[in-house]
This record gives sequence, C-alpha cells and structure tokens, in this order.
Amino acid sequence: MRPPPSIEGRDRRRALALAAPALLWTLVFFALPFGVMAVLSLWQRTDQGLQAAWTLANYAQFLNSPAYLQAALNSLEITVVVTVLSVALAYPLAWIIAVELPPRFRRLALALAVVPFWTSYVVRSYAWSLVLAKRGVLNGWLGDLGLPLLDLANSRAATVIGFTHFFTMLLTLTIYASLVQLPPNLRRAAADLGAGPLQIFRFVVWPLALPGVMVGAFLTFALCIGDYVTPQILGGGNDLALPQLVMLQIGRRADLPMAAALSIILMAAVTLAYLCMARWMKAPAP
Amino acid sequence: MMRFLICAGYMALLYGFIFLPVGVLALYSFQDGRFPIPPFQGFSLRWHIEVLGDSDLMAALAHSLMVAFASSAVAVTLGFLAARAVAGGRLPGARAIRAALTAPLSVSYLVIGLGLLASFNLMGQGLSLSTVAVGHIVINTPLCFAICAAAIGPAQMAAERAARDLGASELRVMWLITAPMILPALLAAFLLSVTFSWDEFIIAFLLSRFDVTLPVEIWSLLRSGLNPKTNAVGSLVFMVSAVAVLGVELTMMRRR
Repeated sequence: MRPPPSIEGRDRRRALALAAPALLWTLVFFALPFGVMAVLSLWQRTDQGLQAAWTLANYAQFLNSPAYLQAALNSLEITVVVTVLSVALAYPLAWIIAVELPPRFRRLALALAVVPFWTSYVVRSYAWSLVLAKRGVLNGWLGDLGLPLLDLANSRAATVIGFTHFFTMLLTLTIYASLVQLPPNLRRAAADLGAGPLQIFRFVVWPLALPGVMVGAFLTFALCIGDYVTPQILGGGNDLALPQLVMLQIGRRADLPMAAALSIILMAAVTLAYLCMARWMKAPAP
Repeated sequence: MMRFLICAGYMALLYGFIFLPVGVLALYSFQDGRFPIPPFQGFSLRWHIEVLGDSDLMAALAHSLMVAFASSAVAVTLGFLAARAVAGGRLPGARAIRAALTAPLSVSYLVIGLGLLASFNLMGQGLSLSTVAVGHIVINTPLCFAICAAAIGPAQMAAERAARDLGASELRVMWLITAPMILPALLAAFLLSVTFSWDEFIIAFLLSRFDVTLPVEIWSLLRSGLNPKTNAVGSLVFMVSAVAVLGVELTMMRRR
C-alpha cells in the first residue's frame, strides 16, 4: 500500500514546479549555448564549412599569433588602467556624498551622478567621440585658451576616457553603498582615541569599505574586458581589443570556431579575476 | 571652510566630467549645421524632425519597444515564479538553484550572444526579433529573480499559508496574495528589465537579421560619421530611458 503523500513532499514538488520554467530557460538558452561554444572552439572552419575536428588548433593559433596576443594584452592594459582610474575618481565623490553632504541632499546627488547612465550605451560612446574629435568640443576649448590641440580621436586614450566615464558612475554607486553603511561612531571613536583624519581613513574607513570597493572593481574589470562597443567606436580599428577581435572573426572571416575559442579565453580571464577576488575576500585581514 | 571648498570643487569637476558628453550630445542635436561640432551655428529642430520622419529609425524604435516589453514580461514571470519557489524554504538544493539562476549575471553579454548565435546556427533557426527577445530574457531573468526574491519575506509567506489554510488554490494564492503584496518589486523588476533590453546592443546585434532594434539601427547610423541626426536620436533614447527610470524611482519610493 502506498503511503499517503506528505505535506512536506507536496510542498517540495510545488516549489520545484515553480522554479522549473526559469531553470529550464537558463539551461536551454544559457548553459547549453555555453557548451555549444566550448565544443565549437575545438572545431575548425574549412572551405567546406564547419568541421568537427576536435583539436586545440584555435587555442594554439591564439598563442602563436603576435596579433592575437597583442589584442589580449591591449584589453588587459586598458581594463587595468580603467579600473584603477575609475576607483580613484569615484572614491572621493562617493565619500563626499556619503559623509560630507547633509543627508537630505544625498539621494539627489547620487541620482545626478548616474543620469548619463541612462543614455543609450552606444550613443554615449558616440557622444565622447564628438567631444574628442579633431575639431570637436575639447579642442575648441583648448584652442580658445591658446593651448596645444590634442589628437585623441581613434586612440587608446579615447577608449580609456569613454570607459572611465561609464565606470566612474558605476563605482560611485557601489562605493557609496559600502561607505554609507559604516557607522559614523567608528570614526568618532577613532578620533576620540587620538587618530588624525588620515589615520582614521587609513586604519578604519579604508579596510572596512574595502570589500565593497573590490566587488565594484571586479564588476568594472568583468564588464570592461568584455565590451565591444566602446573600443570599436572610440579606439578605432588599429589598436584592437579582444572583443573586437572576436567580432572580426564572425564578421569578416566567418570563423565561428575561432570566435568561440577567443570568447572562452575572455571568460577564462574574467574567471581568473573572480577567483583572485574571492580568494582575497576569504583571506584573513593582515 | 577649506574642506568645503575642496569638496565643492571636486564635485563640480566630477559632475562636469559626468555630464560633459550628454550635454554636448544634447546641445549639438539642435545644431543648425551639417556637423555636430563647434562653432554652434544656431538653434534648429530640423534634426529632431528628420529623426521622427525616418521610417527605418521609427521601425527600429517600435521593434525595440516590442522586444523590451515582451522579453521583460517573460523575464518577470520566470523570475517571480522561481523567487517564490526559493523563498518557500522547502526547495531541495535551493542554494544551487539560486546560483544557477544568477549565473548569467557573471557572463559577458558578448559571450552569451555568441553562444546563442552558434546554437541557433547549428539548429538551423533563423534570426529575428524573437531570437533577440530570447537573449534578453536570458540576461534579465536573473535580475528579476533577485529583485523578487529580496521582496518575498516572512510576512508574504505567512499570508500565503493563511490563504492556503482557507482553501485557496496555488494559482489564487499567487495571483491574489503574493503578487499584489510585492507589486512594487514586480514593477521595478519589469521596468528595469525594459531599460536594460531597450539599451542592449551586442546581443541584439548578433541575434537579429532584417528587423533590428534601435541600438543596432543607431550603430549603422554611426558609420556615416558625425551627424546631428545621431545626436537627435540619442536625446530621444535618453528621454525614453529617463521616463522608465523615473517610473522605477517612483514605484520604489512608494514602497517606503
């Protein structure tokens, strides 16, 4: 005789049924394509079309081609510079909003800091190309001031400026979130015990807010290294970044396997950065 | 006093940097010349009018709205159902399911788009606005799930139990108890998905063929170089996003 169905079991089945659609969607349209890409990266493109070659040739080609390695290096350099610059610019702003500003202005200041966030991503890069163009706004101002003109259009500097603009906004939000959570009493206690402003920052605020800053920095790293739009519009076609190289494979060369291999390499870089961060977060404070 | 000056100066500098491109974009969309560069040649609405009369751009705008609303509706539904399952606390392996559902957040859009493109190619599935919507559902479901899961707490669970005790069916519980209780979160999730989908470029670029969304259409407009028309489209997009964001803000504010 079958035992009567328990309430426990019924609840469990009901919960599974509720989660099933989202899980199925993620499986079919996210996990599976990822597997397809991993498999595809081991194939080869031939004149007859795709061939299931099961070889690491695409990865070998990446390692043996100076142009490909240069693109990876470019991406890495741009991403590191952008991450450091954005943290350096956003931290003081987040501090001012979270600590120095009267609380009733905080929400407004924060909202203002991210307004351009909501312009179209493509258009924002284009807007920077207007500013940085040879006869653009920036050079107009420099000319008025009698300063030497800058030739920033289609350069790595332009890419870095465009990225830094976007991620400064993003990091202002995340750093603000971790700074505003610190109880002001901690700073008062440190001051009471005789710490100067710099010491308070160095030994109280900085270590306590660091996890939030690191999460923001990782987000910046991951989004920056995987972005195609900004380097394509602002950097031009000479000093390629890795995502540009990926798009070249599927566009001009119709080489899906190579594009897949490069994407896997891109993912590996992001995963590595994530593992570094996770390890660092777990490590006991010195 | 010194401290105040430094703070004010830094804020002015950073806000200047943050607003510079948007300001320039908007200003030169009213430029009465053929190039959106200085000197400013006087005020004109001709580029805005030209955009509104451009059938390609308007079609792309309609496509974008369609994809954004359809994909967000599906994403919110999937996310809401899954959030309810996980919040119940009865789900075996809830941690693993949570991790699986939020995994797409950590993967670059380029990689997600490329994976879908390769899969559709192998399946012989042609590209259309539907395939774009599929991609947008993939990126927005984790977001909707996270927002809904954060909103379902003990209060909602207790109300649900009471309703079930009184004999309400599962569907009625969801429709009459849970959804109304977390309506602000549902709306916020929906509108946030709409803005993400509306602005998304690379997945839409990879997964569309003949009918394209607005960011993709703007992308092809960019090939013509600097053009006040692009400025005008940009200002237009900004207004739509701003309205959606304002909607999110207002629904979130009401919750307090």
